[in-house]
Amino acid sequence: MAERAPTVELRGITKTFPGVVANDDVNLAVLPAEIHAVVGENGAGKSTLMKILYGMLRPDGGTISVDGHAVRFRSPKDAIAAGIGMVHQHFMLAPNFTVLENVVLGSEPARAGALDFDGARARIRELSETHGVPLDPDRVVEDLAVGERQRVEIVKVLYRGARILILDEPTSVLVPQEVEELFRNLRELKGRGVTIIFISHKLDEVLEIADSITVVRDGHTVATVKPEDVTARQLAELMVGSELPTPETRESTVTEEVVLSVRRLGVRLEGRWALEGVSFDIHRGEIVGIAGVEGNGQRELVEALMGLRSPDQGAIELAGVDVSSWPTRRRREVGIGYIPEDRQGRGLLLPSPLWENAMLGHQTVDPFSRGFWVNQGRGFWVDRGGAHRRTEELIRAYNVMTPGPDTSALALSGGNQQKLIVGREMIAEPKVLIAAQPTRGIDVGAQAAVWEQIRHARAAGLALLLISADLEELIGLSDTLYVILRGRLVAKVDPATVTPEELGSYMTGAREATFA
Amino acid sequence: MSKRFRIRLLWLLVPVSAVVLAFGVSSLVLIAIGENPISAFRSMFRYGSQQNSLVSTVNRAVPLYVAGLAVAIGFKMNLFNIGVEGQYRLAALLSAAAGAAVVLPAPLHVAFIMLVAMAVGAGWAGIAGVLKVKRGVHEVVSTIMLNSIATGLGAYLLANYLKKPLGPNELLIQTRQIPASGQLPPLAVIGGENLRSFVLIAIVLGVLVYVLIWRTRFGYDLRASGINPDAARASGADPNRMILTTMLISGAIAGLIGMGDLFGFFHAYTLDFPVGLGFDGIAVALVGLNHPVGIAIAAMVFSWVDRAAQILDLEGVPKEVIIITKGVIILSVVIAYEVVRRLVQAQEVKTAAEETRRLEEREEAVAA
Repeated sequence: MAERAPTVELRGITKTFPGVVANDDVNLAVLPAEIHAVVGENGAGKSTLMKILYGMLRPDGGTISVDGHAVRFRSPKDAIAAGIGMVHQHFMLAPNFTVLENVVLGSEPARAGALDFDGARARIRELSETHGVPLDPDRVVEDLAVGERQRVEIVKVLYRGARILILDEPTSVLVPQEVEELFRNLRELKGRGVTIIFISHKLDEVLEIADSITVVRDGHTVATVKPEDVTARQLAELMVGSELPTPETRESTVTEEVVLSVRRLGVRLEGRWALEGVSFDIHRGEIVGIAGVEGNGQRELVEALMGLRSPDQGAIELAGVDVSSWPTRRRREVGIGYIPEDRQGRGLLLPSPLWENAMLGHQTVDPFSRGFWVNQGRGFWVDRGGAHRRTEELIRAYNVMTPGPDTSALALSGGNQQKLIVGREMIAEPKVLIAAQPTRGIDVGAQAAVWEQIRHARAAGLALLLISADLEELIGLSDTLYVILRGRLVAKVDPATVTPEELGSYMTGAREATFA
Repeated sequence: MSKRFRIRLLWLLVPVSAVVLAFGVSSLVLIAIGENPISAFRSMFRYGSQQNSLVSTVNRAVPLYVAGLAVAIGFKMNLFNIGVEGQYRLAALLSAAAGAAVVLPAPLHVAFIMLVAMAVGAGWAGIAGVLKVKRGVHEVVSTIMLNSIATGLGAYLLANYLKKPLGPNELLIQTRQIPASGQLPPLAVIGGENLRSFVLIAIVLGVLVYVLIWRTRFGYDLRASGINPDAARASGADPNRMILTTMLISGAIAGLIGMGDLFGFFHAYTLDFPVGLGFDGIAVALVGLNHPVGIAIAAMVFSWVDRAAQILDLEGVPKEVIIITKGVIILSVVIAYEVVRRLVQAQEVKTAAEETRRLEEREEAVAA
């Protein structure tokens, strides 16, 4: 068995971006029909490596060979021709098309100038049967669950003749039960001779599914190991080079004082309730977590709380005052902080200097503006000096790695951008902080820093609403944990005793709780 | 330090490449139609550098400049006010008529006329703002239509209500003359040409616009809304309010476009009052990169090319060639700006990454 020649082999791959080496002497050998995991923390260079293998980036040095032949990919088209297919982390599907239409999109089968849907349908049925990936070609994608959509992506790649599948963080969008289903599909595919490259940073999953594991750290491949030879702990240490932090909070700091009270909040969207009857309290010094599969009303909840969307029912009270009809600006001024889920889309002015980013959301108050002329005592003039001083303070206190406050936000790494956003909200000492995915897509170091700041602020009396897809983060940080499903809070669980599997079953609706 | 200098040099590439390209392309066109570009340009420079030409260049640049400011304010938050044309023409007509109808002491009279012009411009632009905020009508569509309506409405009002009764030898339809108290005397007379005083008001206006956009919190909200509307909204800038306010300010500035001509030359709204300045303002704002200083330079360049080209007719060269020159300037500035912006950005990302790496290494050394 060990004598088999690798299906895919990368040798000495190097890729440099301006000022950063993303891949440096990367070596990877994937054997035929194996599941080969590539693990590493965010920013270690996994994605760059896969983009190179899929022809999206060209390496500065090194060689790629497929089935023993050296290849040179100029675009994904070349990679597809060589039998390599990629299933992206974020699905690239047209929701209003059927499975069939999505699969053929871009390589439409034609017969005598007309689309040959019957032929394609037969092929998809055949592919999904022979590869053990159940799929109905005539269902519309928007009706499918996340796991099913992922299968569409897989079949789409197989349809194009791929024998080598790259799956980029495939489990990040799935709940535990769907992960099980995916793993069954992957084993099935492996049995039919498909080679799978599985990119992940979730170690327990990798240990469960992979035949071999290659660890990437700081742009290098540090080791290739067999899952039976390592423990999760050892793998983690290989991955970060030091000890893994944990998101656990220590003793409770929850007080009796209710800071934010949400009463039967509801939002209607296109004729249905995207959020309905949501009620909860957040006390001083309390972290309330919301678990849920993405798209179950979290966005609407955050937007209603921030005044970005007007609720169709219910009320939001801040320290006993109904703020439901207040505009966003007034809510921010009285101390509701906001860490948006989409940091570049909603949290930053990318081309602007850091000091202008540090004042975003706080531009009407000291030290960012001054002068009490017109406009309800809000600062009229931008206080450049004050803004610079505050930004420097923020950079120091929150350890933002940057040359200075005049650097553009776009020149910062994702982790540093996030530290800036978290820092600017924390430094303003809000009463309530709405944090949506505060550690998504940032490296372990920055993640640990954000957790530490959250704990610290909690101890100082912050009321925090934490919305996250990272179940361990939720369980570790929350004092109270709710599960949201189809716009309703369906369960309240005790973070001290709940397991990720239990949470997952509430999140999919597989288990129903008697709501306390 | 040298890095900053290099970046400055890069930015200088934008206007230089634009002018070089513009004259290059125009020369090719001239050669193609059998004219000698060197002699054509030589006579343009000779004529354009005369004192009276320079004064006239400034006088003509002023309305272009004001128009550029009006457009740029909208551009800064991705609002495309194409209606500057209609706003200034309606404003000039109504303010001229109002100015002729009142009796006021000198400085007040001028101020009154300007206020009426700003109010009319703001009101007309405000319609597009309200339509966008309330009904989601795109401002490009509504302002284009409002331009047509302004033309028709202006002609109707002038012909039926605002025109001065025609005397026996008079052919030109116009409003009544604004009395001397509502006129501005020339700042100076150079080479037989009046340098209009309105240039001073335009300079003050430019400074005000700069301060508004770059130094006030409103300006911060405005720029943030232009750079990232979602982030601006999440930061508390109410998008509807921003759209409405910006349209009103843009329209108010647009209302002042015709004032230099009104105070310094026409003293009435006539049928031959300058048109098209609103559209030229779009080009000037583009070339001036939406910055008051850039807009001033762009307005001067366009105005000078227009003036200097007048001599071409006398030389038997079709002066339409300068339309090509201006077109090439606009295109090359827009392209060169984008190229340089990317270069500077890449440079900045690189510098920041290097310095960050150094910082991190230092920190690791301290920790170890």
